[in-house]
Amino acid sequence: MIDVTEEIISSSLRIATPLALAALGELVTEKSGVLNLGVEGIMYGSAFVGIATAAQTGSLTAGLIAALVSGALAGLIFAFTTVTLGVNQHVAGLGMTLLMISLCNTANRIMFTADGGQVRVDPWQPLNFGGPIFSQYLLTYATFLVAVPFVWWLLWKSGLGLKIRAVGENPEAADVAGIGVAKTRYTAIIIGSLFMALAGAFITLAFVGTFTVNIINGRGWVALALVIFGRWTIGRLLIGAALFSLVNAGQLQLRLLPSFADVPFEILLALPFLAVIVGLAISGRNVPYPGAYLKPYKRL
Amino acid sequence: MKKLRNSFAALALAGIVLAACGGNSGSSDESSESDGVLSVVAAYSSVIEEPWDGVIHEALQEMADAGEITYKYIDGIGYASGAFERAVRQIAEEDKPAIIMGDSFGNEEAARKVALDYPDIAFVMGSGGGPAEPNFSVFDNWIHEPAYVSGILAGSLTKTNIIGIVGGIPVPEVNRIVNAFIAGAQSVNPKVEAKVAFINSWFDPAAAKEAALSQISAGADIMFAERAGVIEAAAEKGLLSFGNQMDQKSIAPQSVVTSNVWNMRPTVKYILNQVKAGSYTSQDLKDFSMVAKGGALLAEINTGVTGGIPAEVVAKAEEAMAAIKAGTLRVDINEAVPAGSVTK
Repeated sequence: MIDVTEEIISSSLRIATPLALAALGELVTEKSGVLNLGVEGIMYGSAFVGIATAAQTGSLTAGLIAALVSGALAGLIFAFTTVTLGVNQHVAGLGMTLLMISLCNTANRIMFTADGGQVRVDPWQPLNFGGPIFSQYLLTYATFLVAVPFVWWLLWKSGLGLKIRAVGENPEAADVAGIGVAKTRYTAIIIGSLFMALAGAFITLAFVGTFTVNIINGRGWVALALVIFGRWTIGRLLIGAALFSLVNAGQLQLRLLPSFADVPFEILLALPFLAVIVGLAISGRNVPYPGAYLKPYKRL
Repeated sequence: MKKLRNSFAALALAGIVLAACGGNSGSSDESSESDGVLSVVAAYSSVIEEPWDGVIHEALQEMADAGEITYKYIDGIGYASGAFERAVRQIAEEDKPAIIMGDSFGNEEAARKVALDYPDIAFVMGSGGGPAEPNFSVFDNWIHEPAYVSGILAGSLTKTNIIGIVGGIPVPEVNRIVNAFIAGAQSVNPKVEAKVAFINSWFDPAAAKEAALSQISAGADIMFAERAGVIEAAAEKGLLSFGNQMDQKSIAPQSVVTSNVWNMRPTVKYILNQVKAGSYTSQDLKDFSMVAKGGALLAEINTGVTGGIPAEVVAKAEEAMAAIKAGTLRVDINEAVPAGSVTK
C-alpha cells in the first residue's frame, strides 16, 4: 500500500510539472490584466524548438535555451498584438496557439519526418535521492522548490509584482502613479511565456525525449483552468494542480486493479477533469478576476 | 494605428481559417504521365506522422523514388463534414490519377460516394468496411499474426508474469493486435496477466509513458508499445519492450526485442499490376497485409537486448512464424475491447 501511495505521489509530481509551470506563467500574465490563450501554442512551440535544437546541436542545455528564446519571442509577438495593438485577447491568443502548432508541425515534417523518421534525443534522466517520490527530473525539483517561491515573491513581494498587479487591477490609476502600463504588461507576458516554455521543454527534453504531433495534447488548457481554479493565488493554484495530478496518477493505478478491469477506461481517464470541474463548481463562483482583465489600455 | 490593427486582425483571421482548413500536401515528383508509370495520389485523413498512415506513405514514397509510380499526397484532411469528399473530388478532377489511396476511417461515406462518380479511377482505401463495386477496394492493417508471435516471446521472457500494454484508442485495428499479443503470451505461459491501458489519443507520448510507468510499478517487466512513449518507459527502467507498425529497434536497441511490422508494399504492387493489366476490380485486399503474402512480419529478433534472449525462445518464435506462413497456425481475430487486466 505504501508502495502504491509513493508511486501515485511520484507520478503526480511528474504530471504536475508542466501543468504547474504553465499555470504559473499564465498567472503572472493574467495578474497584469492580460489573458494569454496562446499558452497551449507556446508550450507546443518550445517543446519542438527545444528538441529540434537539442537534436541538431547534441546539447540538451542548448535545447532548453532555444526553447526559452522561442517562448520569449512568442510572448513578445503576443504582447505586441494585445498590448500595443489592442487586438482582442481571445483572438490573439487562439491565433498564437494555432500558428505555433501549424508552424511546428510543418517544421517537424521538413526537418525530421519527411523520410519517415522522428526526432529523438537522449533526454534528461530523473535524479534519484531515494525512493520513487524523490526520483524526479531536475526541472520538477526546480518547479516546486524554485519556480513556485519565485513567482510568489515576484507577484506579492517585489516592486515589479506590485506594478503588475496595479496595471492588472486599474491601469488608469497605475498610469497616473507613473507606472508604464505597456512596459509592465510586456514584462509580465514575457516572464509568463518563459514559464510556459519551460513547461513545453520539460515534456520533450526531460520526460519523453521525442516529439510527435499533438505533443501537448491540451495541457495548456488545463493550466488555464488551474489559474481560475486557483482564484489567481499561488496556494490554490497548487492545490488545483495537485488535485488534478493526484487523481490522474490515481486513476492509472485504479486501472491496474483486477476489480476495475471492466470499468470503461474513458470514465477513469475523465476523473481528473471531473475532479477539477467539481472543484470549480464548489469554489469557482464569484471568482475575483483581475479588475482590468481582457481590457486593453490606451490613454484617451 | 487603427488601420494597422484591422489589417492585423484580418491577417490573424486568415491564419485561423488556413489552420482550420488544415492539410499539408507534398509531392515527390512532378507528375508526368510517362508510359508505364502509373500515378498514385493519396488522401490521408490523419497525418503521415501517425504510424498507420506512415506505413502507407513509406511504401508509396519508396516506389516513387524507384520510379515505379508518380506519387503525390495530401494529409491532415481531418474529419470535418465534407472535407474528405472535397479533397478526393479535387484529386479526381485535377490530378486524374490512375489510383487514389488513403485512409477512409471516419470518412467512409464520403470516400465511397466519390468513388461511384469516378469509375475509371481505382479507389484503394484503408477501411474497416467491405469493398464496393465497381472500383472501391479496401485494405487494413492485419498484424495480429506477428503480434501473436511477439506475445509468445513476451510470455516466455517475463519473470513476474505481468505484461504491460499501452494502446491509443481501442478501435478494432488496435484491439485485434493487443488481443493477439495477449493470446500469444498466454499460449506459452498461462500464468501471464496482461495489464492494458488506453490513452484515448493517437498522439500523446507523455501520457503513454506515464501509463506505462504505472504498469511497471505494478510489476510489469515486459512492455508492448502500441503507441509512442512506452518503449521510452521500458528503456528507462531497463526492461524489455515490443514495438508496433514499424521496426522500432532504433528507439532503444537495448530494450526492443522485436516489432510487429505492417508492410504495404505487397498491396500496392498487386494493385499496380491489376491496374496495368486492365483487370482491376474492387476487392478486399486483406490477404496482402497478412504474413503469408509478406504484408505483415516480425522484425528481426534483437538478441542484443539487456540480458539477451535464450536460443530456445527465439526458436519457439521462429517456429510459430513458420507455422503461420505454412498455414498450419491460424491466429484468432478478436476485436473486442480488452479489459484492464486480462488473465487466462
